[in-house]
Amino acid sequence: MFKKRIIAVLILKGGRIVQSVGFRRYLPVGTIEVCAQSLNRWGIDEIILLDIEATSQGRKPDLNAVRALSRNCFVPITAGGGISDLNDITRAIHSGADKICINRAALDRPELIREGAKAFGKQCLVVAMDVFRGVNGKTEVMTGNGRAGTGKDPVRWAKEAEECGAGELLVQAVHRDGAKQGYDVALLKEIAQAVSIPVIGLGGAGHPAHFLEAFTQTEICAAAAGNYFHFTEHSPVVTKAYLAQHGVNVRMDTENTYAEASFDEQGRVAKYPSEYLQRLRFIKVHEEKL
Amino acid sequence: MKMKRRIVIIDYEVGNHQSVINALEALHYDFLVSCKAADILAADAFILPGVGAFHEAMRNLKSRGLISLLGHEVLEKRKPILGICVGMQVLAGSSTEDGFHQGLGWIPGKVVKLQETRSRKVPHVGWSDLEIVKPGPLFRGMRERANFYFDHSYNFECGREFVAANCRDDSMITAAVQKDHIFGLQFHPEKSQIAGLKVLRNYLQFARDYNARRAVPADV
Repeated sequence: MFKKRIIAVLILKGGRIVQSVGFRRYLPVGTIEVCAQSLNRWGIDEIILLDIEATSQGRKPDLNAVRALSRNCFVPITAGGGISDLNDITRAIHSGADKICINRAALDRPELIREGAKAFGKQCLVVAMDVFRGVNGKTEVMTGNGRAGTGKDPVRWAKEAEECGAGELLVQAVHRDGAKQGYDVALLKEIAQAVSIPVIGLGGAGHPAHFLEAFTQTEICAAAAGNYFHFTEHSPVVTKAYLAQHGVNVRMDTENTYAEASFDEQGRVAKYPSEYLQRLRFIKVHEEKL
Repeated sequence: MKMKRRIVIIDYEVGNHQSVINALEALHYDFLVSCKAADILAADAFILPGVGAFHEAMRNLKSRGLISLLGHEVLEKRKPILGICVGMQVLAGSSTEDGFHQGLGWIPGKVVKLQETRSRKVPHVGWSDLEIVKPGPLFRGMRERANFYFDHSYNFECGREFVAANCRDDSMITAAVQKDHIFGLQFHPEKSQIAGLKVLRNYLQFARDYNARRAVPADV
């Protein structure tokens, strides 16, 4: 049984990392360096950097951001936003990205997936899709920052992307973006069953239980979140501690594993009993150093 | 006499050099990124990084004249080399990725596609701890159950005498190989946080000691 991955999505807008709500409202978080260093220390498994303005502004991906990210963390990095040809893929990889995420370009020209996979191996190509579920429950693949419909069925598009050589699929529920209501489990279940490559779920995480729900009810290999990880210390490892307590196999390599933590209703670490805190006074924790 | 170690990261256009560069910088090692013959001849140890397809990697090594050049330095002059991901796979005799392709053949073995099973998705992407067969030199001082990051669709199959570690989550997957001074890692040490950096440092320390041991007195 492989370990489930917990992935942080950093959204880049105007040179800053921001939170996104419904693909429409944005809240500044901070610089890319600080976000990367914190997530790296707090036990994140991977980081996805999405430059959400590149495609709409018609410019190339911000490679300086990729470089800054790769210098500040030693976990895998996926770069996305503005990648439209093989040259962009090559340059992003040479800037320190391990994987490339394409969304619009794959919709416009699925051949690009094949070209990228041929040059860099399919494990390098992550195809992202923005999916909207309307009030009637029907799902559709969206484009243009989740604003315009493409008429494509998510499952069919997922299979097509897999056939073209995609290594992973990043499935984002537009209607859950920033909503903190949990992942669109039905959508993730349907897509993860239809393809044999790893599926990453995104959109809606607001509580560790949402990750648990996604991992136990669907076959996704990784769960990603953006806003959820910001403004809370140790958020990745706390989430993993919750998952581990519920029997999910996750990577635990940080000093503090929160193995004895309990959680309150909001999913935050509850206050430890005073006997436990007393005991802690006499335990010396050695930080793992190089 | 102070011996300056010359570490060369082989630049052959398919590798993700930047991450390896970042890792060696974090470890405070001096190094060069190059594919020039002069640099390779003067080197003490090599790192062959890798993100990419097997045949593309082999073609790029060939077109830069690196196969015979590196072959001489590694096999004849016995300079240590560490292959990462595809850089490890090209050490094998052959691969069946996109047809049949010949590899360097420095470690007997073949690279074959990972078979999908109920619990295994292909590509194999993610973190796994290792079942370490040969603790030294690469895995010295490693924490219990340290995790490493994997991202690959093909597996290095070789004789047990060359296996240094397997994936604990899936023992079919070869995680590390070693034949004397030739090393290969299927996972990405440059992407595996402190545990990965330690493996890289262990390799570079091995290279230093190995070269020091072999140094003929006349050179000093």
